[in-house]
Amino acid sequence: MMHSAESQNLKDGEVSTGTTIIAIPFQGGVVVGADSRTSTGSYVAVRTSDKIACLSDHIYACRSGSAADTQALTDYIRYYLQQLKIETGRPARVKSAAHLLQKLVYQNKDNLSAGMIVAGWDPVEGPAIYSIALGGTCLKVPFAFSGSGSLYITGLLDSEFRENMSKEEARALVKKALAHAMARDGSSGGIIRTVAITAEGNDRDYTSELPYGPVSY
Amino acid sequence: MTAGSQMNANNLHEPAAGFDFSNYLRNQNLLQTDGAAPKLKAKKTGTTIVGTVYAGGVVLGADTRATNDTEVAERNCEKIHYIAPNMYCCGAGTAADTENTTALISRQLELLRMDTARPSRLVTAVTLLKRMLFRYQGHVSAALVLGGCDLQGPHIYQIYPHGSTAKLPYTSMGSGSLAAMAVLESSWQENMTEDMAVQLVQRAIGAGIFNDLGSGSNCDICIIKTDGTVDYRRNAVKPNELAPLRAQVQRSGRLNMRPGLTPIIKSEFKPHPVVAAGGETAMEVE
Repeated sequence: MMHSAESQNLKDGEVSTGTTIIAIPFQGGVVVGADSRTSTGSYVAVRTSDKIACLSDHIYACRSGSAADTQALTDYIRYYLQQLKIETGRPARVKSAAHLLQKLVYQNKDNLSAGMIVAGWDPVEGPAIYSIALGGTCLKVPFAFSGSGSLYITGLLDSEFRENMSKEEARALVKKALAHAMARDGSSGGIIRTVAITAEGNDRDYTSELPYGPVSY
Repeated sequence: MTAGSQMNANNLHEPAAGFDFSNYLRNQNLLQTDGAAPKLKAKKTGTTIVGTVYAGGVVLGADTRATNDTEVAERNCEKIHYIAPNMYCCGAGTAADTENTTALISRQLELLRMDTARPSRLVTAVTLLKRMLFRYQGHVSAALVLGGCDLQGPHIYQIYPHGSTAKLPYTSMGSGSLAAMAVLESSWQENMTEDMAVQLVQRAIGAGIFNDLGSGSNCDICIIKTDGTVDYRRNAVKPNELAPLRAQVQRSGRLNMRPGLTPIIKSEFKPHPVVAAGGETAMEVE
């Protein structure tokens, strides 16, 4: 049985967002998506959790790994971005958010278990997606997927991803990929939450109707 | 004993000359077993606590058993703690941790109410609790269900010992949480009346009391309404009364003797001699 990298780093009794998180860009923005299952061991602690954290007006972070660690990290970054906005007079860039998060994760790598995707839109770069792995690696990527369930959809995303999709196409791809991952990964499940981030605003949605589910053979 | 320590019956109280290696064996043992401090075994804590939102507020429920491993330390303890006039918190985990954590945050909130001249909000309590628990990295074993009503409406939060939180319409924590959650998942509805919500919580706690060894005795209920009133029902349901069982035991009549059965033959009173202060009965110290 495959076990996720996160499950090895969690302490006894710690709550895990063993999960699937995705970010797919489209023309003018990014769609981020996540499942909603939070587990302690084999018990589902919260079946409708929100793993897509708002960092600022146009920047979101998807959380995977330890629930406590990632909640604390996103609270810190939200605070730093508010400070940056006051100090610079401009909304923060996605790159800034990602690198602030990288700094925290890297410098505390011994005590944290957090794999996150930072995605959003800013006036400098437009849509941008950064993936921050367990040890603190920060990579700018064309599309990102992470969490224990992401292993099952690498091939699907590699073959289905196209540049310059529309918002609806990107959202549909996010839901399809998440549904497939949730069907195969025990640590992912519940509902599919998506947020479409654009310059004009953000569009949050959720669905409990999975476009793909357990197949009856 | 190893060379260097002089341990015999005659000089037990004398420190050994030179280095004392008597702890060497102990340290070797520790390194073999664990190296560091003994690992705390992760266990679901002996309790069933439940919280749910309803149309007019929130209802919190808890069992009343406090355990020391398999022994029942207290049969009727209180697990619903006061946080603020509009907030109560059920606690599962180490009793000392839950009581002191909730008391600490309760006092911090009171000071904040004095500073801001406003009623406390649940998000404030949740943030204070999660920041503290995260700082202690899970060593403060307090799993909490916080419920109350503020200007934004009724809320229920669940808080884990490591510092993660979740906002939910209904939740359960503790070792009996699976039994309680089974009841909640089958019967919970949106916009319940107060009676429906109280019945649901009582059934959920009852599921924990009867199906979980770590939970038992009675069910406490606390209803916090959006208009600010609190109805704390201590021992709302008592399904495990001991008095009728005790009454059935036939005990000898000699154990309960009324006053007056023993006849008094003679009665005498002698006052105790009073000694002057600093007199000849003063103690002598060598």
